[in-house]
Amino acid sequence: MTDIANTQVSPAAWLRPLNSISFFIRKTLNIAEMEMRKLRHEPLDLLTRAAQPVLWILIFGQVLAGARAIPTGEFGYIEFMSPGILAQSMLFISIFYGISIIWERDLGIIHKFLAGPAPRASLVLGKGLSAGVRGISQTFIIYPLAYFMGVKLDFNILALLGTLLTVLLGAVLFSTFSLLVAIKVKTRERFMGIGQFMTMPLFFASNAIYPIEMMPGWLQAISRFNPLTYVVDALRTFMLAGGESHFGLGTDFAVLILVSALFVWWAGRAYPSFVN
Amino acid sequence: MNVIETHQLTRQFGDFTAVNGVSLSLQEGEIFGLLGPNGAGKTTMIKMLTTLLPPSGGSATVAGYDIVTQSPQVRRSTGYVPQLLSADGNMTGYENLLIFAKIFDLPANVREERIQRLLEMMGLQDAAGRMVKTYSGGMIRKLEIAQSVIHRPRVLFLDEPTVGLDPIARTSVWEHIRRLRDEFNTTILLTTHYMDEADDLCQRIAIMHQGQLAAIGSPAELKASVNGGGANLNDVFGHYAGAALEAPGSYIETSRTRINAGRVG
Repeated sequence: MTDIANTQVSPAAWLRPLNSISFFIRKTLNIAEMEMRKLRHEPLDLLTRAAQPVLWILIFGQVLAGARAIPTGEFGYIEFMSPGILAQSMLFISIFYGISIIWERDLGIIHKFLAGPAPRASLVLGKGLSAGVRGISQTFIIYPLAYFMGVKLDFNILALLGTLLTVLLGAVLFSTFSLLVAIKVKTRERFMGIGQFMTMPLFFASNAIYPIEMMPGWLQAISRFNPLTYVVDALRTFMLAGGESHFGLGTDFAVLILVSALFVWWAGRAYPSFVN
Repeated sequence: MNVIETHQLTRQFGDFTAVNGVSLSLQEGEIFGLLGPNGAGKTTMIKMLTTLLPPSGGSATVAGYDIVTQSPQVRRSTGYVPQLLSADGNMTGYENLLIFAKIFDLPANVREERIQRLLEMMGLQDAAGRMVKTYSGGMIRKLEIAQSVIHRPRVLFLDEPTVGLDPIARTSVWEHIRRLRDEFNTTILLTTHYMDEADDLCQRIAIMHQGQLAAIGSPAELKASVNGGGANLNDVFGHYAGAALEAPGSYIETSRTRINAGRVG
């Protein structure tokens, strides 16, 4: 057999800072690519996810809109809740994402990646990005639905990109949080219990389906520590024609980026303990 | 220079010492077998050498790099096939190889050639486009081995490579392990429960017992050392790891091994 030249880069090369950042990004994208390939083989996964937000908007939304019980200012209730339901849909997809790595660990797939050269945090962030793509798929369900329900959407290209970026960031944040929980609890049974326990407080202690001003004081305080609140705030700004940010987009993105970075770092550090 | 060198390598889990002061050295191009009953410390040894688990004491170098202070370099120069299933059933065989080629940073112009050559070498060309969940146990093992050598590692770790395979698939996997050594001079460290596997494949074997090396040598040397020379490897194993049958086992581990055997078999 002919010999192929040994093309390995010398190990010292990628230890230099600039190279190692580019290495980190490349490995993150490799992992994300793998997840996308898997998703492409199972596209139905995404469709089944669409049922829940559709029901929330069609049933819950219409009933509450008719009741006029919630003061949503200049917006109708369906308008007010549509960004909240997109955020909720992204949250549900992301918060249960950790179950997939428990499954992969039980099989043994994780071991091989941990013994490879990709930095642990890139394994985490790559998975987070793929959760982001899954979350983004929901915008393609919710935008048309909201449009037909008469919501005045902002179709400015920058606003649309802002929506996608917000969903992506939110999904990275909550999916890496989910990975961290999975790494800590290790079994599917415990994870499912905790997952159920996490989603409801995160959802209800946020501005997703009612304004913060309506909440009792203690819940208002909690909701300000809830990253979902900032996801919804940014989405309301980008999605709705005439939408205005409550906290300021700068604050929203700063919170989402910093908290995501913290979870990626933390989960990357805890990753090796997952297989021992 | 030795490709793997361990010096008093030790790992404790709480009060339990899984690996207790093991000193070993492997030469380039050697196929080395690590034998021992369940719980003897084989998998813990491999996990330390692949940098998945930090040692509690002692030191080791793999491909010239220290497993603690130079773990990224170690991970770059080694391949690892865990005992559990490690190919992804939700991708095709080709995609499984492609992703690993990318993870190991192979340049685009080399990737395709390597993948095709490994598919051919492992006899998987025809199945390359199929989802791995439709593969047989032997095909999955061969794909996993192909994945772990795509970057031409100097050292390959195989943790019970033929567990749960039928006899025909086993001999086929052995043949491919030998080809890797012959063509690329890859140093291979494998663990196994099967005496015939060790006898057939390995130049040297070490028998571990309760975390320590009980015996080390070529299969012929070990056979000569027991019962005045007339022993087979089963006798050797019994002699050096004799108390194993009565040793407290692990219920969970047994369950896992059987589930895994069922899955690949």
